[in-house]
Amino acid sequence: MSNGKFARTTERDRVPDYASERRLRELRDEAEQRGSVTGQGIAPAGSPLPRASEQTGYYGIPVLKQPQWTWEIPLYFAVGGAAGSSATIAAMADWIGDDYELAKHARWVATAGAMASSALLISDLGRPPRFLNMLRIIKPQSAMSVGAWTLAAFGSFTAASTFAKMVQERWDFLPVKIVADLAQFAAAIAGLPFHNYTGVLIGATVIPAWNKNIETLPIHFGMSGVQSACSILELLGHEDSHALNVLGMMAAAWETYEGVHIETRAERELRPLKRGTSGWVVRAGGLLSGPLPAALRLACLFSNSRKLRQAAAVAGIAGSILTRYGWMSAGKASARDWRLPLEIPDTETAETKPLTETVIEKISAEKVG
Amino acid sequence: MSATTTGFFTDSTLCIGCKACEVACKEWNDVGSDGLNWSGFSYDNTGAVGHSTWRHVKFVENVTETGRGGNSGDGISWEFSSDVCKHCELAGCLEACPTGAIVRTESSVFVQPDVCNGCSYCVVGCPFGVVQKNEKDGRAFKCTFCYDRQRAGLEPACAKACPTKSIMFGPLDELRLKAETRLEELHARGMEDAQIYNPEHTNVGGIHAFFLVRGNEKAYNLPPNPEVPTKYLKTGWTASAIGSAMLVAGAALAFLAGGRR
Repeated sequence: MSNGKFARTTERDRVPDYASERRLRELRDEAEQRGSVTGQGIAPAGSPLPRASEQTGYYGIPVLKQPQWTWEIPLYFAVGGAAGSSATIAAMADWIGDDYELAKHARWVATAGAMASSALLISDLGRPPRFLNMLRIIKPQSAMSVGAWTLAAFGSFTAASTFAKMVQERWDFLPVKIVADLAQFAAAIAGLPFHNYTGVLIGATVIPAWNKNIETLPIHFGMSGVQSACSILELLGHEDSHALNVLGMMAAAWETYEGVHIETRAERELRPLKRGTSGWVVRAGGLLSGPLPAALRLACLFSNSRKLRQAAAVAGIAGSILTRYGWMSAGKASARDWRLPLEIPDTETAETKPLTETVIEKISAEKVG
Repeated sequence: MSATTTGFFTDSTLCIGCKACEVACKEWNDVGSDGLNWSGFSYDNTGAVGHSTWRHVKFVENVTETGRGGNSGDGISWEFSSDVCKHCELAGCLEACPTGAIVRTESSVFVQPDVCNGCSYCVVGCPFGVVQKNEKDGRAFKCTFCYDRQRAGLEPACAKACPTKSIMFGPLDELRLKAETRLEELHARGMEDAQIYNPEHTNVGGIHAFFLVRGNEKAYNLPPNPEVPTKYLKTGWTASAIGSAMLVAGAALAFLAGGRR
């Protein structure tokens, strides 16, 4: 359907009824050969009467609207997660690890990520030139408003810290150092909510698959971001950093736990995370950001193989991106599930199925049997 | 126009399914076409409210239960109900809107088209699936409660056009009394399955466009327990803080233990 309103009653309910067509052909052949027909005809299209009822809802039309975010948003979730985490890595590498090269690269990843995030976020808007309307108010009860402000703050601080640190490399005066360190600290602080707020953003919605996971989504998305930040830095030439491997391993361990946490719960709301296309994307993302890099990184503790580290890094980045696309498509599938908001029990008997679905199956079964 | 809170009371028992409200709404508000789509299950070919359908007549068809509200038992039961934005007391779309484009007027929840930037976060904030982004236009749209007409002292276009007074417009408290009286009257006439749909028990806290329907509200796609999802924000931000603490602690540990090989 062009306007997307009948998300549930599209192609599937409208497929040509091959069973009926076949039966009609048989009847015509029989009539031609014998001059008369015996046996059963077909049920007229649309029969039996479609019902709107306590068990079938309003003909199975979804109550909720599907999320209308475009491809930019899942990518923004992934890029923003990596950028936010990078700012913390930069500060820690600088002040604890004394790895100034890594810190510098991490600042650049954070800055580039913040810029890419803004570009992605703006291009998703229906009216991109009106992006600044996001900054005309501060609204704590809107996770989108908090997120826009966090991005603005994070982008400014992280760009400032990158610039100030560059100045410091050339002229290492105390005032410059103080400004650079303050900016780096501010960037790390703003990067913390920025790296995982997207979990709150989609968790605090009416979409059942998202809402049901609000307790873990921010940590899940955050750790996914940490993992990809480590991975990007490794691919930029820091495969020899033990710290990055350890941090990446922690994140991969958490992602493994999160995968098990999703798979072992039986709530109906979680079904799109495990079934259908969305389920397989979520699972693929989970494997690539959980057990696979965890195992590879563990092996890296005992081996100096750059290839292993690079493999872990590539898996981590791919997993992080797939995870966000999986969750987005699970959200859309979840919105189409009309039974959830209506609290209709999920027993798929003839009584509880909208008849549009039942008719086709019934006719097919009759003809086969 | 005084500042009294106004509302809609849609009495489905009076609706004849003429769709005059849909047409009047489209004409007054200049709302675009839905396209011509045959749903195949009833005379309802629109399906649901959305960015291009601000009033939507539902055709609730079912097999008659003998004796239900005086039904004879033959034929089908055929009920109509004109759906619309509920203008919630606590509105999910309004809470979600990051630009302040969605505001509360004296009576309604209103999307300012000159402020909306089309972020579509309101779409996933509405527990009734009302507000929707028009992908061609780029902005989100829904019923305005004919705010322009109301400011000029007129009733909304749908209520004006309704030939059976199924859509009633007026001060909210008066409408509530009217609905109670009507419900008692219907019950007295044997329509025990008539009920008022106005979810006051959840954090939506009641709606300014409420309905009188017969039978279960689920047959009308009206959720029994709609929730404004902002109530989960505290849980979400707590998890976010825990995640951030994990990142700080993890990174600190990693770099303390770390170094290069």
